[in-house]
Amino acid sequence: MNAIGATVVLEPVQRSPGYWATVIRRFSRDPLAVGAGIVILLFILMAIFAPYIVPHDPYKGMALRRLRPPGSEGYLLGTDELGRDMLSRLIYGGRLSLFMGVTPVFIALFFGGIIGVTAGFVGGWINTILMRIIDVFFAFPSVLLAIALSGALGAGIANGLISLTVVFIPPIARVAESVTTSVRTRDYVEAARASGASGFRIVRTQVLSNVAGPIFVYSMSLIAVSMILASGLSFLGLGVKPPEPEWGLMLNTLRTAIYSQPVLAALPGLMIFITSIMFNLLTDGLRSAMDIKA
Amino acid sequence: MMTSPAASTVPALLEVDDLVKHFPIKAGLFGKPSAVVKAVDGVTFQVAAGETLGIVGESGCGKSTTARLLMHLITPTSGALRYMGAPVGTMAMPLKAFRRQVQMVFQDSYASLNPRLTIEDSIAFGPKVHGVSTSDSIGRARRLLDRVGLDPIRFAGRYPHELSGGQRQRVNIARALALEPSVLILDEAVSALDKSVEAQVLNLLLDLKDEFGLTYLFISHDLEVVRFMSSRVLVMYLGKVAEVGPTESLYNSSAHPYTTALLGSMLSMDPDHRRTAAPLAGDPPNPINPPSGCRFHTRCDFSAALCSTREPGLTAVTALHSAACHMADPASGHPGKSSATAAKRVVST
Repeated sequence: MNAIGATVVLEPVQRSPGYWATVIRRFSRDPLAVGAGIVILLFILMAIFAPYIVPHDPYKGMALRRLRPPGSEGYLLGTDELGRDMLSRLIYGGRLSLFMGVTPVFIALFFGGIIGVTAGFVGGWINTILMRIIDVFFAFPSVLLAIALSGALGAGIANGLISLTVVFIPPIARVAESVTTSVRTRDYVEAARASGASGFRIVRTQVLSNVAGPIFVYSMSLIAVSMILASGLSFLGLGVKPPEPEWGLMLNTLRTAIYSQPVLAALPGLMIFITSIMFNLLTDGLRSAMDIKA
Repeated sequence: MMTSPAASTVPALLEVDDLVKHFPIKAGLFGKPSAVVKAVDGVTFQVAAGETLGIVGESGCGKSTTARLLMHLITPTSGALRYMGAPVGTMAMPLKAFRRQVQMVFQDSYASLNPRLTIEDSIAFGPKVHGVSTSDSIGRARRLLDRVGLDPIRFAGRYPHELSGGQRQRVNIARALALEPSVLILDEAVSALDKSVEAQVLNLLLDLKDEFGLTYLFISHDLEVVRFMSSRVLVMYLGKVAEVGPTESLYNSSAHPYTTALLGSMLSMDPDHRRTAAPLAGDPPNPINPPSGCRFHTRCDFSAALCSTREPGLTAVTALHSAACHMADPASGHPGKSSATAAKRVVST
């Protein structure tokens, strides 16, 4: 027994690449997913540095140059119904649209993850109570729920964020619950329990590393949905208010121009489309990169 | 500690007293139990320090449930568990302290290792829980890896999926030993390994037992392996103890017809004495609704009228050997093997 208790200086050992290192390596070999990631990164950079790259002030319109078609002199993508530069507004619009797409999902990931992992790990009647409450939210279609909440809270960015977060907590909690439930009964969790570890410690050291991946990938797939829902709220006048540039809101205000300048009217929609496709491609790549035995 | 194997003189290290586990089967909207599975139904036995108690029985007889009850991985319906005389789960023997003394090796070597942790982190987890520093825990993990025959330089930083089944089970043994326990529960620990690897791991277990002064609870369905490993054997049938006794005494002169049938199912090493008759007909009865009286009477060759009405208790056959059969108790009124109804049994080739 004595040999087992002595302190020694640890020698370096051969190490295998860990799970996440393997995932990143596999992901980096998927050109489609990497490409999507680069596009999203560019959009994010574009949103962050918008004030430095826009050719015109996105808020300043001029009645004399309304609804110029794309390719007009000085206005690469034309002007909107108030004569504001479309390119500048689309670049600025990315700020709010990306923010409204990503933020609710991450807040919901935090709360939904806590609810789901707790319900899945503790089980029993706590699971029943939490998941039945979650089921109540599932009774509403997510679009309807977002509209109802935003309508009740009133228009505005903060209220839009809150209602989208509430919409995404139930599905994330549901996924978190199901993966945690499947991990909870594995022998290594039993072995950790048999070593006398507390439930919180088991969740932290044994469970989270095994459930984080699937929950994260699922949440990523919700970002595209969130962007579309956020744009939808703005389109309905429940999210961002004019004159803020936001893709959904721009789609709304330009809809009257759909017959005179169809290309112009479609541009904000195209941006929403490209961004959500890119998020979906990124998620798919991440999912297949994570689909390994380890 | 190791030198006195006589179970009667050494005070029991682990005492199991009338352990019961009933699993309710829930049905309907509000989950009112409609039936209970009597997985373990009044099991009593003692484990002496330094011995290896083998537990055998068919699938579903409650072997693994007993192991999980001993580890307190599931809570018993009733019954008591004492470690060195102190009831487990009380102030005298808190659960955390008990778990340091009793560790378990599971059957599925892959499922019992966290796929996201390196081998050394899996082994070091237990000591860390019990307050050993990270570097000391890792150091202990590496010395144990070396002890179970895996080079720490090569294996400590690997992940479970990179190892073979035998290597993983060695890791599981190292993990169980990391808390320096006195009792190791081996729940079908070698059953999933192929025969050559199984032999290596069994020899490793015997070496470790001597080196660390361990006590083993060796659960298996493999009668040969149990005979090789155990100093005493306990036979379970439908959640109850059928027979318990020293290995050679039990294997050579079994007192319970179920044990006899079970031993009769072992493969013969002599082609001239190959067994043609099935040792036992039918499946074990459903533990939801076990037979009345002796649970084995529905399949027993020597079943008499009283067997279906009165349940036999464990009766001493010799000082250390006892069986739960009316035939072992002369006062029971059982007519004995002479009135055997064995002739009526279906003989199959």
